[in-house]
Amino acid sequence: MTAPLPTLAAIEVPGPGTRPFVSVTGLTKRFSNGVTVLDDVSLDLARGDFVSLIGPSGCGKSTLLKLVSGLSPASGGGITVDGMTPENARELMSFIFQDATLLPWRTVIGNIVLGLELEGGTTRSQRRAKAVELLGLVGLSDVADHYPRQLSGGMKMRVSIARALATRPKLLLMDEPFGALDEMTRDHLNEELLRLREEQKWTALFVTHSVAEAVFLSTRVVVLQAGPGRIRRDIAIPFPFPRLPDLRSDPAYLDLVGQVSQALRDICIGPKGGET
Amino acid sequence: MKRFLSQLGWPIGVFVVVMVAWHLATKVFEIPAYILPDPLRVLGAGLEKRANLFSAVRISAAEAGLGFVASVVGGVLVAFVLAQSVVIRRCMFPYTILLQTVPILAVAPLILMWFGSGLRSIILIVFIICLFPIIANTTQGLISVDRNLLDLFRMGNASRAQTLSKLRFPHAIPNFFVGLRISSGLSVIGAFTGEMFASSSAVGEGGLGYSIIYANSQLQTDYLFALVIACAALGSCFFFTVVFFEWLFLHHWHASAMRPDPE
Repeated sequence: MTAPLPTLAAIEVPGPGTRPFVSVTGLTKRFSNGVTVLDDVSLDLARGDFVSLIGPSGCGKSTLLKLVSGLSPASGGGITVDGMTPENARELMSFIFQDATLLPWRTVIGNIVLGLELEGGTTRSQRRAKAVELLGLVGLSDVADHYPRQLSGGMKMRVSIARALATRPKLLLMDEPFGALDEMTRDHLNEELLRLREEQKWTALFVTHSVAEAVFLSTRVVVLQAGPGRIRRDIAIPFPFPRLPDLRSDPAYLDLVGQVSQALRDICIGPKGGET
Repeated sequence: MKRFLSQLGWPIGVFVVVMVAWHLATKVFEIPAYILPDPLRVLGAGLEKRANLFSAVRISAAEAGLGFVASVVGGVLVAFVLAQSVVIRRCMFPYTILLQTVPILAVAPLILMWFGSGLRSIILIVFIICLFPIIANTTQGLISVDRNLLDLFRMGNASRAQTLSKLRFPHAIPNFFVGLRISSGLSVIGAFTGEMFASSSAVGEGGLGYSIIYANSQLQTDYLFALVIACAALGSCFFFTVVFFEWLFLHHWHASAMRPDPE
């Protein structure tokens, strides 16, 4: 590998300090049935950001995630991830789905090594060692050889998170990963997710329906409106990391949760009146 | 083992009751033996002609088994091709349905004409009868993979071969076994049908189908019953062999092969 010519680098590549890690500009998505899901959406993520997308159903937040991952093509506008197109940046990304999407015929370990296996270039024992390490991180060492059907919903989601982290992603895309879990499990996994983020320093784009979860996890909460999907508010969440569980009873936290909830209400019972 | 025996107990009980009822019925209503022989007579006829019976079973088993294995190999290959694209499925699937809808009794004389009587034609008939359930079910399994799992593989930059071997194929195994279950029973019917048209009448070469026609023409109703029971036993053997392999492959993870939760 040779370094790019200095002149080219100077012209085409801004310094790492100024260039956003993920850049979404003027993004539009129309489905083949003519419905516009996203209209002129622009959003930048700096390295280390944890950005939550929140909004009413049909505001296109899951679609935005699919577009950033390159799983679905944009109709207009542009997305770059670390300066690359989403398709080319897949090696930097992992996607966590709403359900755990584990392979039922593989054990917990077998599921976690999947990404490494597809990547190639590692031996079976290297992959296993990596999986064992991750199992320790998500607290599942005891069930390494269990099958997914033997696990609870929360444990399955932890396996899903461990699988996503196995390939050392720089960007985690999460589509309501904790939506199907009970509140206690959800709170607990929220805390674990932040702990993993401290250790591994990835950037996150996170879709959720829960205001409290969004405020607890994020550096920024982006509120979208529906029909067509547009960004309405971009609210910074200034609390420092690491964030501990007792943040949830902090007045400043509760105040921000109130602000985001109000922003959501403004959209749903907007100037037009009535539900959208 | 205890559990297995307790499960087996009930069907065996039913068998004994039916046999006793059958035995009594033939005595009480004085049914002639050529219409409904006493079960003990059936047993006697089976034992008396056991050399013929075993040779018939062996021949039919070979025909059904070879045809079945051929249809598994052929069916899976066709399913792989069909699973590759919607266009291929649209073009080809209607023709695989022909395998199911054209009555084998209509085609059998043609096969006999083209390939002559004997083993080859019978195996071909078994093959044709068994093919469709395997193609239809395996294809269904290969293409009905969850959208998110496919996206997961795309995110991992999986090659087409990786998606096939690590996702589509394991996902299709339960459906594949549904096809095998259906075809395992059909294979014996196929061998039976084939023999009715194409069996060799040489001594020691006729299978169960041929032997049943012969026993019928000779009014050996007791031996005919023994042959029918042998037919059913052969079909069951095939079926339970498939069920065993299904359990072997699926009991770790698939709901169909798991024990029900204790109540």
